[in-house]
Amino acid sequence: MANVISDETIEYVGILAKLELSGEEKEKAKKDMESMLDYVDKLNELDTEGVEPMSHVFKVNNVFREDVVTNEDTHELILKNAPQQKENQFKVPKTFD
Amino acid sequence: MEKEYETVIGLEVHVELATKTKIFCSCSTEFGGAPNTHTCPVCTGMPGSLPVLNRQVVEYAIAVGLATNCDITQYCKFDRKNYFYPDNPQNYQISQLYLPICRNGHVEIEVNGSKKNVGIHEIHMEEDAGKLIHDEWEDCTLVDYNRSGVPLIEIVSEPDMRNAEEVIAYLEKLRTTIQYLGASDCKLQEGSMRADVNLSVREVGSDKFGTRTEMKNLNSFKAIARAIKGERERQIELIEEGKKVVQETRRWDDNKEYSYAMRSKEDAQDYRYFPEPDLVPIFIDSDWLKRVKAAQPELREEKLLRYEKEYDIPRDDALIITESRKMADIFEETTKLCGDAKKTANWLIGETMRLVKENEMDVADISFSPENLAKLIKIVSKGEINNIVAKEVFEEIFKNDIDPEKYVEEKGLKSVNDEGTLKEVIQKIVDENPKSVEDYKNGKKKAIGFLVGQTMKAMKGKADPAAVNKILGEILNAV
Repeated sequence: MANVISDETIEYVGILAKLELSGEEKEKAKKDMESMLDYVDKLNELDTEGVEPMSHVFKVNNVFREDVVTNEDTHELILKNAPQQKENQFKVPKTFD
Repeated sequence: MEKEYETVIGLEVHVELATKTKIFCSCSTEFGGAPNTHTCPVCTGMPGSLPVLNRQVVEYAIAVGLATNCDITQYCKFDRKNYFYPDNPQNYQISQLYLPICRNGHVEIEVNGSKKNVGIHEIHMEEDAGKLIHDEWEDCTLVDYNRSGVPLIEIVSEPDMRNAEEVIAYLEKLRTTIQYLGASDCKLQEGSMRADVNLSVREVGSDKFGTRTEMKNLNSFKAIARAIKGERERQIELIEEGKKVVQETRRWDDNKEYSYAMRSKEDAQDYRYFPEPDLVPIFIDSDWLKRVKAAQPELREEKLLRYEKEYDIPRDDALIITESRKMADIFEETTKLCGDAKKTANWLIGETMRLVKENEMDVADISFSPENLAKLIKIVSKGEINNIVAKEVFEEIFKNDIDPEKYVEEKGLKSVNDEGTLKEVIQKIVDENPKSVEDYKNGKKKAIGFLVGQTMKAMKGKADPAAVNKILGEILNAV
């Protein structure tokens, strides 16, 4: 494999993804990422000179909604998704602010 | 010799757009609803839900871009900004990084009589986050997602400002322009307009920028002015001590008048933006642009010029009237109905502004109709009521939008201009006050004021002062 993911990189990606990985999981993730990057290298062999970057697979533009309120108050249903709730709000661990 | 420093300031201004629904779902954007009553699977980030863009958001963004001399990016799209925080249920914010809808604009500001352009780097569309409330009892955080997905535009300026006065002039300019467009109410206190200040200092004459910090939590013009002063001093102190300014986000505490670093170093600012796959690109063709341009209302600068020319209103008065579109609309409508621009201007600048201040209101909340103010101006001009009564009637118009003609009729407030009645009353006052008459005869011209006052009192304020003065003069001179 051409690409090598360092311990620092996998540590950093873990922090960004808020994941705590065991030593074994880190090694597995490193291998996965390396093969993904190798695949990207393969794609990079293509000559894309003069080709506009594509952001979407379909040739469709301008899909809009009109500005009309149609949603009703469904807070009871929505709050069923909260692991914990209090006074109709989602209850989460304390944030810094 | 002591070194002289220059402050370099750029602003990131977030504005909540005045749409009825959120940017990507049909939930209401109404402010102040009970927690989570304006939410759905889209704005709470439920797996499998898909965003659909609100057309009105694009319309408002284009309108603001055109009014601030920006180039509109005809082919633009959204990007995903990834970060974990409970105010953001998707774990990403849909925003624009690579192709923001507006770029390369500017607005003109005026400080102490000198004009200057402040560049606008870009304006992009994005979604607002939910509201976090700290729960003291359980030492946890509660989240209300009513604000999650409310449409925002972020206006990023160039680092073109050098002091707090310029910053405030720039913010006021943006606020008036956006209010005129009807794109937002721009209330700093309620958070529908929020400004982050990027500030660095450098030695005067240097052409390199110093290291900048970003300050958040500024919710009034006064707080912004204090924060700029405080942060400038903090940075100069660091430099003078031979220390380095660290590029970081700081939170301004307006009570302590000091800013505090907000994010720790371990908390990496790496947003890993990528094109938003759930939304298709936006193509703004020239027809669409033309349509928005044509619908653009007359903005403040144009009104100022027209008011001086068309209505012969002094610039200082025109500045007060055009400060908000609401006031300007009332002025134009009333003038059209009563045909007297000067009197309309006087009522608005004088009594209306006095009552707005007295009631601690916002001009936008004025609710009387131009029809009733126009009627009042007409009946005063006809001499049907005098100025004192008119002010009382106006207070009723201001408060309850009453019809002044009916009100004057019902309350019997019409001036008595019938000479016979007036003469009778005045003669009686003159007879009852021989001392004042004597004073007047002896050259104390002021004594006439007392007699006018007594007459007005006897008439319960309903006499025309000009007529009273005239008749009183005649009677006194005949004594």
